[in-house]
Amino acid sequence: MTNDPSCLAGRYAIVGVGEAGLGKAQPGDTALSLQCRSARDALLDAGLTLADVDGVFAHWDDRANALLVSEYLGITPRYVDSTVVGGGSPLTHLIHAMAAIEAGLCSVALVTYGSTQRLDHSRNRAGVITDPRSPSGQFVAPYGVLSPISWYAMLSQQYLHRYQASAEDLGEVAINARRWAQLNSQATLRKPLTMEEYLASPLISDPLRKADICLVSDGAGALIVTKADHARTLAKSPVFIRGFADTYRHHVTPFAVTDWLDPGVIGDCTERALLMSGITRSALSMVQIYDAFTINVLVALEAMGFCAPGQAGAFLRSGIAAPGGALPVNTSGGGLAFNHSGQFGMQLMIESVRQLRGECGERQVANASSCLVQASGLLMSAFMSMVLATEESDQ
Amino acid sequence: MSTLPARPLPQPTTETAAYWAAAQEQRLVIQRCSSCGHCQFYPRAFCLSCLSDRLGWINASGQGRLYTYTVCRIAPSPAFESRLPYVVALIDLDEGVRLLANILDADLERIAIGARVGVCFESVSESCTLPQFTLLD
Repeated sequence: MTNDPSCLAGRYAIVGVGEAGLGKAQPGDTALSLQCRSARDALLDAGLTLADVDGVFAHWDDRANALLVSEYLGITPRYVDSTVVGGGSPLTHLIHAMAAIEAGLCSVALVTYGSTQRLDHSRNRAGVITDPRSPSGQFVAPYGVLSPISWYAMLSQQYLHRYQASAEDLGEVAINARRWAQLNSQATLRKPLTMEEYLASPLISDPLRKADICLVSDGAGALIVTKADHARTLAKSPVFIRGFADTYRHHVTPFAVTDWLDPGVIGDCTERALLMSGITRSALSMVQIYDAFTINVLVALEAMGFCAPGQAGAFLRSGIAAPGGALPVNTSGGGLAFNHSGQFGMQLMIESVRQLRGECGERQVANASSCLVQASGLLMSAFMSMVLATEESDQ
Repeated sequence: MSTLPARPLPQPTTETAAYWAAAQEQRLVIQRCSSCGHCQFYPRAFCLSCLSDRLGWINASGQGRLYTYTVCRIAPSPAFESRLPYVVALIDLDEGVRLLANILDADLERIAIGARVGVCFESVSESCTLPQFTLLD
């Protein structure tokens, strides 16, 4: 056995997806309940039962709970993982699930996340309550930082400065999200957005406006992953995980003296995932980028090599990422217009699976055969890239 | 008489007590390794460069450049509302470390990435003084 992760390329597949309580949960709903309902739907989707699941990867609202989910579902897992690396955690959970299955520690993994942050008004402008003894509590919180908004605002300011980019470049991301959301009956913001309306949106943390910031939604989602040979025997067409990579750096506090626009972090991670998949950028059917803020999409498109540094605004202005374009980006409407229940990585994965199965109705990308997902989490600390496809290999 | 809502204040630890005590005396100090000369922020129990625990403190020049910044138009808690709009900035000190602070009394038209800034001090409670910065030039 080699220790090169590329030996896993195409050998695992997502076989079931489910979601619950997207957008606005009902009073009385809890994150645990939504999460377990989404897990039930994912199992029904796959044609599996609770008894088939022996690995559980879960947490909710940043509290670790793989065991609570297992208990609610009556699963006695052989393997649990409640890794919390922010909004991209579900991608990391998928990677950990493949590693665990490969090592023989479990065979069918449930990955789930849920939140009732909107219903509970649990999201605070300052971010999570900070221990005043922690590095953030001592050196960040006393200065009135909006978290995470101000971090991405400072990233945006650096971007605008370095590339002489404009507010309109950020606006293109918000407009693209709304174009897709118009085609998604489950999306929260379905009205088109004009550039004039974008520019009239109030500044929250310069240069970010309200329209640059993702929604605060409720919702839960679940994914079932297993080996490819098992996947082919189940109810739905498998969506194969062809390539993946994750990487971590220090940004929970902003004190590491690094270049915030260094494209190497997202770029190297994506390059590794693409190389492993054997799929080239030009062959991709679509790209899903975690858009907690508009700036995420500009930075990611450039770092991943779809356009030159500073050119992502013009790239989007060309219409290439819009419905009918050659490289659809964020086909659900994204965290900006579809929903954002705290860990949008889950919704990015569900949308990708449904697109590759051809289940997306009005917003379906024609002849979809592959998808690149790029997610991040915890204030630019965690980065994940994953390549999914309808075929397990190109041979 | 109304009382102002409480602002989040730092609670010094073994590693950071000297930093906050110096700020109370209106001095900005930075941790420097006596073995290898490496400067680091935030303060830690040992040197991240050579793992030595022979750390000392140097008086920083208090001068640096704005790495990036934002203007907050809404406040994270009521304690900050009276200050709106205010600038949150990352400052690259000439000593090579990066700090976060507000730029006090900033002319929003003059603030820019790369601008030279200098330290000042803001007393926020009887026992706490925060290092802050103002635009130079």
